[in-house]
Amino acid sequence: MQLFFQNLINALQWGSFYALIALGYSMVYGILMLFNFAHGDIFMVGAYIGFGVATGLTALAAMGALALPNWVILVLTILISMFLTSFVGMLVERIGYRPLREAPRASAAITGLMIGIILETGNLAILGAQRIRFPSLIKSTTYDLGGVFVTNKKIMIVVVSLVLMLALNEFIRRTRWGMAMRAMAFDYVVIPLMGVPLNTIASLTFALGSGLAAAAGILFAIAYPVLDPYIGIIYGWKAFVAAILGGRGSIKGACLAGFLLGFIEIFVGAYMPSTVRDLIAYSIILLILVFRPHGFFGEPHSAKLRL
Amino acid sequence: MRKGFLVLVAILVLGLALAPCGWTAQKTIKIGINAPITGDIPKVGEGSKYAAEMWLEDINAAGGLEVGGVKYNVEVVVEDNESKPESAAKAATKLITEDEVLAIVGPQASSQAIPAGEMANNYGTPMISPWSTNPDTTKDRPFVFRGCFLDPFQGPVVANFIKEEFGFTKAAVLYDVASDYPKGLAEVFKEAWEKNNGPGSVVAFESFTTKDADFSSQLTNIINSGAQVLFTPQYYNEVALIVQQAHELGWKNPIVGSDSWGSAETVKLCGEDCYGLFFSTHYASAGATGATKAFIERYNKKYGYVPDDVGALTWDALRIVQAAIEGTGGLSGDLKKDREKVKDALAGIKEFAGITGKMTFTPDGDPIKCAVIVRISDKGEFEFFKSVCP
Repeated sequence: MQLFFQNLINALQWGSFYALIALGYSMVYGILMLFNFAHGDIFMVGAYIGFGVATGLTALAAMGALALPNWVILVLTILISMFLTSFVGMLVERIGYRPLREAPRASAAITGLMIGIILETGNLAILGAQRIRFPSLIKSTTYDLGGVFVTNKKIMIVVVSLVLMLALNEFIRRTRWGMAMRAMAFDYVVIPLMGVPLNTIASLTFALGSGLAAAAGILFAIAYPVLDPYIGIIYGWKAFVAAILGGRGSIKGACLAGFLLGFIEIFVGAYMPSTVRDLIAYSIILLILVFRPHGFFGEPHSAKLRL
Repeated sequence: MRKGFLVLVAILVLGLALAPCGWTAQKTIKIGINAPITGDIPKVGEGSKYAAEMWLEDINAAGGLEVGGVKYNVEVVVEDNESKPESAAKAATKLITEDEVLAIVGPQASSQAIPAGEMANNYGTPMISPWSTNPDTTKDRPFVFRGCFLDPFQGPVVANFIKEEFGFTKAAVLYDVASDYPKGLAEVFKEAWEKNNGPGSVVAFESFTTKDADFSSQLTNIINSGAQVLFTPQYYNEVALIVQQAHELGWKNPIVGSDSWGSAETVKLCGEDCYGLFFSTHYASAGATGATKAFIERYNKKYGYVPDDVGALTWDALRIVQAAIEGTGGLSGDLKKDREKVKDALAGIKEFAGITGKMTFTPDGDPIKCAVIVRISDKGEFEFFKSVCP
């Protein structure tokens, strides 16, 4: 039982990353019918920007220019990095996708892959291949709850992720911009004719998705503090799986599927030989998709989808 | 702008015109370095490159390498293998066929040294891997050598050390199943441990695949298995993650590693979590004497940090190659024959005093030398703990 709860907590943390990254995929896919394959690398860029901001802020605090406790630095790091990374996302949309909006969807998807490679190798060229250790902003404290070990970091990661997901949900449901995004997801050919600015909504979508990816990147770096330019690839792919599993454009679906993915990976790893973890985990997901090809909350595509 | 361009063209033309004369004046020996300059373990690549630069400095200071009474220029060609098996094989092929090197030093990690060794052996070019401890690297490959001990030796060293030092009887292993070095060493360790403590005494044998960052389910199993010690023969980037996560999941027992921990990066990435842990390796920088000390000081002065074992082993490997080339008694100029000669000379070296210890070579091209157990001190330094000889 103890073992079960320990794995449950591990899975909650692990699933948070997938869920946060999957949201960005899902929104872009839902609204622009676009596979943004650069998204995993935006997650990586977010983690690196977070590293820069955190290092800068701790240096300022150490010099006495800012008398801030560490948790304030952490919150500031997350907010500033989300803000900065959302511009990276908007830039990617502006130079990578907007010129190709009328092009076949496959071309746009390939663009995403190329932008991803540019971000990875660009990072490699600027910072070198050296691994980076993310500064430990909060001192890790382990709590022993009757044989189940929880750290303050784990709690923080799960709470921050949930808060961000709820905030996004509220934004999309309650604001005018959110309504425009939902309308665009419904039909992105007709809605612009009604005066909703397509380009602005596209930028907004990318900004939101990238901001969440940045938050995921920083939380990831806090849990696994060794960064390299290629961390985005594998988690990007897996989060993409979660986005599809959740259903096209579904916020709820992406979150649930992200956590589900985390749970499957951790529990398969815990109860089966760890060597075959991904093999079994992704076979299960394939099976789910066979029976629910549109994911959990997705609707069948309308005829306008051009793939 | 245009003037600058013209000057550049003039220099290039002049260079082209003069180049052949340069070649005929003094013959050149090319040595290839096949190292992970980028990829997963760039620090290893850097250490290899720096050691090669220092070696070349010495050669140039002596006016070249003298073989059979003829002075040769030496050129070092560094090829990046991106820390990938397929790139390592490609880099070896390029060094052999395009750069036409006489001998290759590297690759370092076994996952790259094994495929690259196959290429070198097929093309009949002598290759020496300074750091690869997997037996397959040199097995049935007359052209491939190494400068370090083997996993079958390191596994029992660690298993015996834990038994003697702590008296533990139950061990857990966590390793990367997709990488040759950790996989090989994990299996050898398990065998040695179970020989000491009886079957089933490795109570958890958990694995993951390269690039994984979360080890929580494996570590939860390990902690639950009642193991007294964790052995994880991983590279420095994974060590930092594994050790931290183990501590966060409530693991308080020792964690022991192997020579792949011995990078200058380990402590930088791992921080205080790694203090007080042990690993087996080729040499300890703290407390070194003689030629080893001289090398460490020279390296530290030039590059600003204490060299890790890769740097020291690469230095030794280059000096072994140098000894072999000098031992051929003269080169013919026919690359194929010369490579054969160097191979025979390498195989003929019986004893060599390197900075990582004295070694004698077996007929397979593998050295027999002592291992060192290092403790990571509370200041994050690699401290000599004890020496274990075969």
